[in-house]
Amino acid sequence: MPVVDHLNTTLRKLPSWVLYAVGAVYPAWLLYQGLIGGLGVDPVKVLEHEMGERALQLLILGLAVTPLRRFTGLNLMKFRRAIGVLTFFYVLLHLLVWLVLDVQILSQVWADILKRPYITIGMVGFVILLPLALTSNNWSIRKLGPKWRTLHKGAYVAAVLGGVHYVMVAKGFQLEPLIYLAFIVGLLAVRAIGSGRSLLRKSVHG
Amino acid sequence: VGLASIAKPALAEGLEPNSWEEITSYNNFYEFGTGKGDPAEYAHLMKTDPWTIKIDGMVDRPGDYGFDQVMSEMTVEERIYRFRCVEAWSMVIPWNGFELADLLNLAGVQEGAKYVGFETLYRPEEMPGTQYPVLEWPYKEGLRLDEAMHPLTIMATGIYGKPIPNQNGAPLRLVVPWKYGFKSIKSIVRITLTDKEPPTSWNQANGREYGFYSNVNPEVSHPRWSQASERKIGGGLFAKRVPTLMFNGYENEVAGLYEGMDLAKFY
Repeated sequence: MPVVDHLNTTLRKLPSWVLYAVGAVYPAWLLYQGLIGGLGVDPVKVLEHEMGERALQLLILGLAVTPLRRFTGLNLMKFRRAIGVLTFFYVLLHLLVWLVLDVQILSQVWADILKRPYITIGMVGFVILLPLALTSNNWSIRKLGPKWRTLHKGAYVAAVLGGVHYVMVAKGFQLEPLIYLAFIVGLLAVRAIGSGRSLLRKSVHG
Repeated sequence: VGLASIAKPALAEGLEPNSWEEITSYNNFYEFGTGKGDPAEYAHLMKTDPWTIKIDGMVDRPGDYGFDQVMSEMTVEERIYRFRCVEAWSMVIPWNGFELADLLNLAGVQEGAKYVGFETLYRPEEMPGTQYPVLEWPYKEGLRLDEAMHPLTIMATGIYGKPIPNQNGAPLRLVVPWKYGFKSIKSIVRITLTDKEPPTSWNQANGREYGFYSNVNPEVSHPRWSQASERKIGGGLFAKRVPTLMFNGYENEVAGLYEGMDLAKFY
């Protein structure tokens, strides 16, 4: 596959800090647009939705890294940490916009987290991602050893929770959130089938 | 309608209307898409001339009423109302319109009629949002007859003295200021008087979340969010939430309609 080879060669030259930089500049740019009136008459909701939706897209991209390499040969492995850390960063911003700019009232935030299932689910997803973000560094990988891999499987759970959170927040029957959830579940299924096969291979060889 | 007549009642009530831009760029009109900007982008596809409103059911003079014919019989005045969406945002809108009671009297409400059902235009080729089953089309809404006859209930045909734009429900829409915005059905083509509670779109889609009455009530939560406070559109990124008022601030005028009713049950 010459196209993929070409792409891989190009990507190899791209340092992953570029991803961090772009990922950090985008919310800052959005915030600036919100301040100067560039996000329409309800900038709070635009910021909130944009951060949430981008977080889901990054989650999906992160889940797609392994299947992409397996099925197309495209190698995004070196960006996987950056994708994961940015996912968390966007989820955190989504949460902060909701908390500080949207709901504002701390007692109501707490009541919402306890009482409203879609918010409870979103919060659980965030809490699961928190230790993953904190251990996304070489030192933690060394320190935790095989436990690190187990811990980071939490990303799968968080992804499903994120997708369900989006489906639950929609009014009426809407297609877009279902498409996101389908992508997440689909990618996890591909992964499950893949790991089942490799287990089988191992047992055959072993 | 001059600007002077807009300013006075607004000041008297302490209501400052939102700008034309805010009112006409941020809309829920799912027939044109679920995004807030979709109606402003696509509603121009809807043809509003000629326009007829079928009035049927329990009326003395059922039939197709032409929009121009109706307008020639009605007295249009200005009403500056709070508008509270079920999604917990709000605006203040200077409507131009006439009392729904006048239109219903034109058709002659028969004894025994208890409810009024409304239907929005359903023309898929002019309404790109209807290709998705977000709701059951055509959009339907309803009121109890006493709510419909209440002097605060109007049919709006204008905003800021200009003809109402398509995205806001041209050429005429309902405005019931003490109920959540989705009750104020847009681009009406049919009005039916009945003795039974008519089916309404959001109630059919999710009855637990959207009741038939849907009166603005800070004490009754939507299952997915609190209705105790609201975000006023136009305040920018750091606008403070404000407390939501019982019946959206029209308690003195309309609370009597619901005397003895459990508003948590009939939400």
